[in-house]
Amino acid sequence: MTFIRKTAIGLLVLFTVSALSACNNSNNKTDSSNDRTNRISISGSTSVGPLAEKIADKYMDTNDVKIEINQIGSSAGITNATSGVSEIGMSSRDLKEEEKASGLVETIIAYDGIVVVTHPANKVKNLTMDQVKQIFTGEVSNWKELGGENLEIVVVSREDGSGSREAFQEIVGYSSGELIRNAIIASGNGNIKTTVAMNKHAVGFISFEYIDSSISTIDISGVKATAENVLQQKYSLSRPFLFAHKEDHLTTAGQQFIEYILSPEGQDIVEEVGAIRVK
Amino acid sequence: MSALPEKMGNANKKKYILEGLSSKLFQFCALISVISLLLIVGFVFYKGSLPFVVDGYSFIDFLTGVDWVPSEEKFGILPMIVASVYATIGALIIGVPVGLFTAIFLAEIAPKRVAKFISPAVQLLAGIPSVLYGVFGLAIIVPFLQNVLNLPRGQSLLAVILVLAIMMLPTIVTVAETAIRAVPKTYREGSLALGASQIETIFKVVVPAAKSGVMAAIVLGVGRAIGETMAVILVAGNSLIIPTSLTDSLRPLTTNIALEMGYAFGSHQNMLFATGIVLFSFILILNFVLAKISAKGEK
Amino acid sequence: MRTLKDNILRGFLWFAAFLTVAILVTIVGYIFMKGYRLINFDFIFGDYSPTGHGGIWPMIITTIYTIIISLIIATPIGIFAAVYLQEYAKQGRLVRMIRFATESLTGIPSIIYGLFGAVFFVTTLKLGMSIISASLTLTIIVLPVIIRTTEESLKTVPNTYREGSLALGTTKLQTLYKVILPSAMPGILSGIILSIGRIVGESAAIFLTAGTVAAMPEGIFSSARTLTVHSFLVTQESGDIELASAVGIVLIVIILVLNLLATFISKKLNKANY
Repeated sequence: MTFIRKTAIGLLVLFTVSALSACNNSNNKTDSSNDRTNRISISGSTSVGPLAEKIADKYMDTNDVKIEINQIGSSAGITNATSGVSEIGMSSRDLKEEEKASGLVETIIAYDGIVVVTHPANKVKNLTMDQVKQIFTGEVSNWKELGGENLEIVVVSREDGSGSREAFQEIVGYSSGELIRNAIIASGNGNIKTTVAMNKHAVGFISFEYIDSSISTIDISGVKATAENVLQQKYSLSRPFLFAHKEDHLTTAGQQFIEYILSPEGQDIVEEVGAIRVK
Repeated sequence: MSALPEKMGNANKKKYILEGLSSKLFQFCALISVISLLLIVGFVFYKGSLPFVVDGYSFIDFLTGVDWVPSEEKFGILPMIVASVYATIGALIIGVPVGLFTAIFLAEIAPKRVAKFISPAVQLLAGIPSVLYGVFGLAIIVPFLQNVLNLPRGQSLLAVILVLAIMMLPTIVTVAETAIRAVPKTYREGSLALGASQIETIFKVVVPAAKSGVMAAIVLGVGRAIGETMAVILVAGNSLIIPTSLTDSLRPLTTNIALEMGYAFGSHQNMLFATGIVLFSFILILNFVLAKISAKGEK
Repeated sequence: MRTLKDNILRGFLWFAAFLTVAILVTIVGYIFMKGYRLINFDFIFGDYSPTGHGGIWPMIITTIYTIIISLIIATPIGIFAAVYLQEYAKQGRLVRMIRFATESLTGIPSIIYGLFGAVFFVTTLKLGMSIISASLTLTIIVLPVIIRTTEESLKTVPNTYREGSLALGTTKLQTLYKVILPSAMPGILSGIILSIGRIVGESAAIFLTAGTVAAMPEGIFSSARTLTVHSFLVTQESGDIELASAVGIVLIVIILVLNLLATFISKKLNKANY
């Protein structure tokens, strides 16, 4: 019966070798904390994501938890928080009535502005809210009509489930169906920024945190897109950053993390990344 | 194996039981691919049919609608169907001749030393993640088109076609080359002996003889093109219009699924499965048509 | 006339070959030129950080996880399935059905696998966006590859081997284990290597089932991103072509090593067996 033994041994060796190599990998690089209660899973908005990542990074230095952040868009995050796939959902728009009705609790962790951005070479630096609407609905299709060069306007918008997009559309005053058809659809703040930075014709909108020298920001009726102007309610393109959770899904670790974000230390990071403190 | 002799020893009995068990195990393993296929088809079709069966959406409107606004419950995928068809046909028009000619060159004309070096290199490229072709497309092809053709945007049908054509080249070359090499030497010798030139022999004798392999190469290439997702997302622009020119940006079926699956729920999510059904049908039709063509060729 | 036509066609053949090689060299060359500056010890073995270019060690580990788990499941199933089809089954409806299913699985685009995985493994089986969900999805994707290559190599095992072994009084299973599978080993191994290539290169199916968390996975139930998904995301999110290219170099090198390994193994084992 040696062949049975040999088969068995062969299979055993195969499995243990593979299993061991898998274990080795995990042993080498992960902390000893295999306790799954010490894990906070967060998913949602790509606008809130970078902020949450930075705070989590700092928080994990001093606390024995593992925070997992999936940037998949506000609507998906809220869905995950409702179904329990994630402990906390991140949203960059207010919760809808039906979402609140499903038992979600919201915590405002910061405020944030949305800024209209163009290629740095674009001469147009100031628009009225009405002009912004005309651009995004396709009524105005050339930068010439707005005092710029004779270039066709290429609109870059976020995808349909994006919190930034919903907030932006609500404030500017147009609906998803009215968005110009040939708009390039980019699935994330970074993606919009990259697309706009690469194209002289393009215009898009991003979170304050993503502002850098690769793109140029547009003032709205002469008001600069800054945190102060949002605080003084001069600049209206702003919205809250939310954490949404269900009471029965929230662990103590999750609770403590939320408390940390609201603490002065957490709010300092909020300010650092270019968002606006809650208080 | 028919009947177990009564007096068989214990060890032998065990042996027979083991034989029986293992053949059952092997059969079960073989059935796993059937089970997987049924599960996949079942799930995709079940979820994809829900909006039409339960929620009362019209399937015809779904196929012929030009508006895709999930937040307003408008689900029309005509623009994406057109986009997928155009992109695939365009990639075929460029990729197939170039790939096929390259394969012929490598198998028939190239000096041995050259072919020995190039063939494995091309084969290697067939294994490179398609995402990298998309990265190249976004970094080079998109800006190139925009600057050279003076377009408002480089994300366009043309960019998608180029990326897909390039991506399917290694697949087509590798498979077609193998098929052409497999044609027996005697075919060539016979043709040459009858006074045909080398080129005539290649195009009139060798390539027709390798037809089924060449067809397989094309099918594989097209399959890659129509199913490609991530590379396309990077260069398509994902606009929701029916492309009418090579410079329009577009959203093929695959990209629609990948872009929205992350946050879709309810009937929106089911509609993405319905998009999957349409994509599935395309692949089935493709395989069917090409099976027909190659069957004709065999006769 | 004839020579002119011949020469034109010959010209086209040269041109096509030149074009193919030029394009492919350009792409690989571009990726190397763009990315090589980032490649260093810290980049490969460093932890990921959202600022700067970040290390890719977590993505490498994630990729290794998905390869190992998918193969642990797919290899035995695939080999056994091929053994059934080649050595046990009688031609008939069942076999035709199995072959049809295997071939159909090959033709399904990976985004469909992604859709299926996202709803079956992630939601229905409640495995969540995780390495295990992605690996199970990948198992189905590579299964046909392993079945086909194993079948091909089983076909090449001469019937005299089987007859000789059986004539010595061994059982079918013993023959299979001691004679047939060892002779078919090179083919099986090349199938496994092909599968690794497929797993490494896969993006859409993993993107929808494993999520995009850019951190060291805690275990197989963690959400994580593989190298290929990382390359996609940094291109899309930050337009960081350099980083995407650097990851691309790592991927190309992995594919290269796999190819060399496949060639080496099949040569070595061929020598050993025949």
